[in-house]
Amino acid sequence: MGDAQAEAVHVHHAPTGWIRKYIFSFDHKVIGKQYYFLALFSVFVGLFLSILMRWHLVWPDSHIPGLHWLSATGAPNDQMTPEYYLSLMTMHATLMVFFVLTTAPQSGFGNYFLPIQIGAEDMAFPTLNMLSFWTTFVALMVLISSFFVADGPPLSGWTAYAPLSAIGSASGPGEALGQDLWIISIALFCVGSLLGALNFIATLLELRTRGMKLMRLPLTCWAWFITAVLALLSFAVLFSAGVLLLLDRVGGTSFFIPAGLVVSDRMIKGHQGGSPLLWQHLFWFFGHPEVYIAILPGMGITSHILSCFARKPIFGYRAMTYSMMAIGFLSFCVWGHHMFVSGMSPYTGFAFSVMTMAIGVPSAIKTFNWLGTLWGGRIRLTTAMLFAIGFVSLFVSGGLSGLFLAQPPVDVNLHAGYFVVGHFHMVMGVAAIFAMFAGTFFWFPKMFGRMMNEPLGKIHFWITFIGVYCIFMPMHYLGIAGNIRRYSRFTEVAFLNTPHILDVHKFMSVAAFITGAAQLIFLFNLFWSMFKGEKATENPWEATSLEWSVPSPPPFDNFGGKHPVVRHGPYEYGVPRAARDYVMQDSPEAVAAE
Amino acid sequence: MESMSTAIAPAKPEVPSRTHGGGREGGNGYIRRGGGGDLWESMPWSVPPRAYHTGMWMAIAGIVMVFAAFTSALVVRRGLSTDWVPTKLPPILFFNTAVLALSSLTLELSRRSLRAQRGSEFARRLYLTMALGLVFVTGQLQAWKQFASRGMYLSTNPSSSFFYLLTAAHGIHLLGGIIALLVLAFRAPKLAAFPSKRVAVEVTSIYWHFMDGLWIYLLILLMARL
Repeated sequence: MGDAQAEAVHVHHAPTGWIRKYIFSFDHKVIGKQYYFLALFSVFVGLFLSILMRWHLVWPDSHIPGLHWLSATGAPNDQMTPEYYLSLMTMHATLMVFFVLTTAPQSGFGNYFLPIQIGAEDMAFPTLNMLSFWTTFVALMVLISSFFVADGPPLSGWTAYAPLSAIGSASGPGEALGQDLWIISIALFCVGSLLGALNFIATLLELRTRGMKLMRLPLTCWAWFITAVLALLSFAVLFSAGVLLLLDRVGGTSFFIPAGLVVSDRMIKGHQGGSPLLWQHLFWFFGHPEVYIAILPGMGITSHILSCFARKPIFGYRAMTYSMMAIGFLSFCVWGHHMFVSGMSPYTGFAFSVMTMAIGVPSAIKTFNWLGTLWGGRIRLTTAMLFAIGFVSLFVSGGLSGLFLAQPPVDVNLHAGYFVVGHFHMVMGVAAIFAMFAGTFFWFPKMFGRMMNEPLGKIHFWITFIGVYCIFMPMHYLGIAGNIRRYSRFTEVAFLNTPHILDVHKFMSVAAFITGAAQLIFLFNLFWSMFKGEKATENPWEATSLEWSVPSPPPFDNFGGKHPVVRHGPYEYGVPRAARDYVMQDSPEAVAAE
Repeated sequence: MESMSTAIAPAKPEVPSRTHGGGREGGNGYIRRGGGGDLWESMPWSVPPRAYHTGMWMAIAGIVMVFAAFTSALVVRRGLSTDWVPTKLPPILFFNTAVLALSSLTLELSRRSLRAQRGSEFARRLYLTMALGLVFVTGQLQAWKQFASRGMYLSTNPSSSFFYLLTAAHGIHLLGGIIALLVLAFRAPKLAAFPSKRVAVEVTSIYWHFMDGLWIYLLILLMARL
């Protein structure tokens, strides 16, 4: 009797109490939303920093009212010093890459929808999930705190190259405590990501409901899974690199610091024999998979949304999954393309170049399959669909420039110039963000039980879409013209101090201000709709995956105590002889797709 | 790693027996076999034991990558530099290795006691394993003292840096394992009585054996490359 009682049912009770429900919640849906709002906060801080940067690049001597409050040393008289420009750049990138692009698509949407899409009640390890979020939150707080310490935030870039980042205040303002805080923040972020990644993998492998075979998973689930594998393997390496860097800074070791450095007229004593290249290898071994971590969930979301609103199955489901796996695998083989100018042997450069070109193949397969999904479809141009199509456009634009950069002889000229800046902003800074917008418009009804405003969404889309092309396409021209990156102003360099260059920057900055302002439309739409949007039904988009078979928003245990049984693939749209133009995954209809 | 927001409800008569022992499919109510779609659909949900195994192996993969990165740093740092001074390892390391290997053995013995439902013997052997683990950690600290008494500190030379780095990284992870064993020891009576909860013991022992294996790898690495 005692055995039966203890063996008995562990019932998942809904939490009571405000703290348990909204703050320290184990519910993957709450945690997903927490990540999403963390990313939303970070993206607006990052956007603000980029506006400051774009302003400074065009009007470097101007007084920006109030800037001295942000940093008395970095902006005395409200005029940004060159060092502070670099600090803002570092923080912009760190916030965007880590706290926006790695959190929202994977930990935000993934946490919310992976369990529901596979038919589970929650993640495999809800406690660990909660710990992951709060670790990430503390990491963000530590990072933000670097703005408010005496010397300000670090200026070594999100790439924190040694020895600049390893020798402390000799490198410049912000390189003492600011850099330490950066390293600690990133180390905490690594821990949160690693814990989250193992949760995703265990959940996807072990908690799928009956009938949810691997090849019936929505492509979003495949993307989240492959991203989690990448995160597990790469964040561990970044963590190690961070430990070594911290030891160099505070422990007197010389992993990265060579002998005989003279920086800012100061001799750096007490270190010898270290290798700055070692930092680059360790960092980029993480750094390349990281950018695929940023884009893969977006690819999954795009596939998911394109299929739904074209009313057609995704073109080449199997090819899509294998392509994502190939991208994931190859992402570990190409890190050297960030280091073509580091003095590596040309043969090594060739090897990395070939692998980098190779990664274009599965990416192209995916792109053609997206187009194939759209071809002949009965397109419904909702805002989510616009953003998904926008993703395809931006991914192509951004990806093509990557093929140029993959050639070492070409990269020698383009490295550390605006061509690179244009490339990665198109793919990460825009395409991935568009996928997040698409995901937001698509899943908002499910998450908040209300619809977002479509007309406002479309206005936001068009301004943003045109705006980002205006901001980032000219950067490719600038890069080829020789415009160096990470400079706070170009007026001091003769060949850059011409209208050919400066007027382009002015154009880009104006476009940035307009596009940045337009994001307020989205912000307004998001929050207004949460309270005043039209109430959403269970399946407003007539989509097929399991999240659309539960109420909007879902109950605490997702499926109300009943497990779904999956009988169909994830993209059964336009199935002949079906009752409607879509067949849900758990529908008892006995129709088969062709 | 249990879900915290659960409660034990009174046993329902139609719930089939789930005492299939830990780890096999169908354990803990997550029945995937055919038969009775309705019955399965209304079955209470819980996490199958397999998931904890998968989670632990994924955690191990992450930890492997951390040490792979450190290994790579060691190989590169030694290869690229002209300031490498090979170091002699303190001999106590070999005694520590034996202690750790012995602790893996006692852990396996404790699992045997658990399977035989001898709860107090299980707890005793668990405490023995923990004690050996603590002896290992103490021995490592002693090795540090011996190293330091020769004037070898963290920043003395790259070789000594790696010695401290690798032993510390391993030691911290091992301390985590000791804490896990402590938690198991406190729960020993429940673990002995209810087989379905034993997945915690299984995954903790996987972790512990991995820590043992990792240490042996690190020792060989230190002997060969330091």
